Amino acid sequence: MKNLKVSLLTLFLVFSFFIKQGLTQDVSSINSGDTAWLLISSALVMLMTLPGLALFYGGLSKRKDTLNTIAMSFVTYCLVSILWIVYGYTLSFGADVAGLIGNLSKFFLKGINLNSLSGTVPEFIFVIFQLTFAAITIALISGAYIERLKFSVWICFSILWFTFSYIPVAHWVWGGGFLSKLGALDFAGGTVVHINAGIAALVGALILKSRYDKAIIPHNLTLVVLGAGLLWFGWFGFNAGSALAANSLASVAFLNTNTATAMAALAWCFTEWLMFKKLTILGLVSGAVAGLVSITPAAGFVNVKGAIIIGLIAGILCFIYVAYVKSKLGYDDTLDVFGIHGIGGLIGATLTGVFADPSINGAAGLLYGNPKQLWIQIIAVGVTVVYTAIVTAIIFGILKIIFGNLRVPAEDELVGLDETQHGEKAYNLHI
Amino acid sequence: MKKIEAIIKPMKLEKVKAVLKKIGIHGMTVTEVRGFGRQRGHIEVYRGKEYEIRFLPKIKIELIVKDEEVEKVVNAIIEAARTGEVGDGKIFVSSVEEVIRIRTGEKGEEVI
Repeated sequence: MKNLKVSLLTLFLVFSFFIKQGLTQDVSSINSGDTAWLLISSALVMLMTLPGLALFYGGLSKRKDTLNTIAMSFVTYCLVSILWIVYGYTLSFGADVAGLIGNLSKFFLKGINLNSLSGTVPEFIFVIFQLTFAAITIALISGAYIERLKFSVWICFSILWFTFSYIPVAHWVWGGGFLSKLGALDFAGGTVVHINAGIAALVGALILKSRYDKAIIPHNLTLVVLGAGLLWFGWFGFNAGSALAANSLASVAFLNTNTATAMAALAWCFTEWLMFKKLTILGLVSGAVAGLVSITPAAGFVNVKGAIIIGLIAGILCFIYVAYVKSKLGYDDTLDVFGIHGIGGLIGATLTGVFADPSINGAAGLLYGNPKQLWIQIIAVGVTVVYTAIVTAIIFGILKIIFGNLRVPAEDELVGLDETQHGEKAYNLHI
Repeated sequence: MKKIEAIIKPMKLEKVKAVLKKIGIHGMTVTEVRGFGRQRGHIEVYRGKEYEIRFLPKIKIELIVKDEEVEKVVNAIIEAARTGEVGDGKIFVSSVEEVIRIRTGEKGEEVI
């Protein structure tokens, strides 16, 4: 008798548990397909920074500066991972204050629980998806400063630039700020990530001045190819993930990303072949990255024909800029962050206003009878360029007051930053 | 005993090794080295910028031979490593005072 009672009680508890579960699922509108895709996409974008970008940049650097270059991306990823959950997320995606910044209602992710949703996915996954974008944006800038910047200065720069440049621009474009209200199109980060990083790279390179040995002779092109391959792979999460759902828009973005990237890789290396009579692997890889950058704002707005043209233009123009214009200007952006991310981002953001096809995502560009969109794109680009340039210059001004010298001593630069900044070497002869 | 050091083009290593083996040389030390002489450097292009690479990769072969073998070995190396163009390399011959086999402690020409 007693046993029967216990059994009935257990049965009741089990049933009530299932009923409760069923109810919770009915009330919420979590879409498991979308959630799964966003979980994967976040991991893919993380892979772009570590090890993708770290190896891409590390292989391009001098042998004696490899670890320092890798460490810049690595440390930035860790710093942003913490700062994003403390105040980055709420200032970017909290409730809008005057179109300029998010409020502090979600400070330290306050109020976000297992039932919080962002669209059809748990808000937690939206938090980390956006975190990976913030991290790679700052890591991208490091390529312009390597082989001379003090590591302590880089850490402080990362924190300040993340706070005063990335967060506001992300809010303006994606977080309900004034640029999104204006109707600016930026599918996955042409302005927020690439123009933002590219301009910071240029301004910082001008302030830091040239290295003593201005060459970029990649110390390990195999690593560069490995890193760029991981960037391309991870970029599917970056662009197709930005649909924020596992749907046809994500599929179009995926296809456009691959198409523009392949086209830009071919365009860059064939242009180089015409000029220098050789097809280079660095040309293929650099063109691919230029293509990835330029299709980023357009991936979810244009059709494949638009993607091909954007890739073609980005491949040719980025090469011409890096090979001819940059050397005339004489500044030392070590790994051409401005030449590839700045120029590629400008091309992509502007051309989104030309090729946006209303049958893809509702928005029409110049070619589909909406010239106003091009004008809005130019305003968004202009605002980002001016704001980021000023903020970057101010940040370096402050760092100069705090640290005195932004660069390592001349002798340390010649010995190499791996040994002088970290006490390690990338390649040891120890059998 | 003499030491023969030959700096040659990397692509010639296999041919030189084969020729030396044929004339009865069964030991040598090979190192990858870099340097420049009259060939100077060459141009490499990265992202549309030309760089003069001054130190070219070469192979250094070191072998110790008996005095009477020097001419034969030197001629064999010349024959195998020559292309007729600047950059074929150089051969240095110098005297060696002693040779010792580490395993047994034996000394002299027999050890070579």
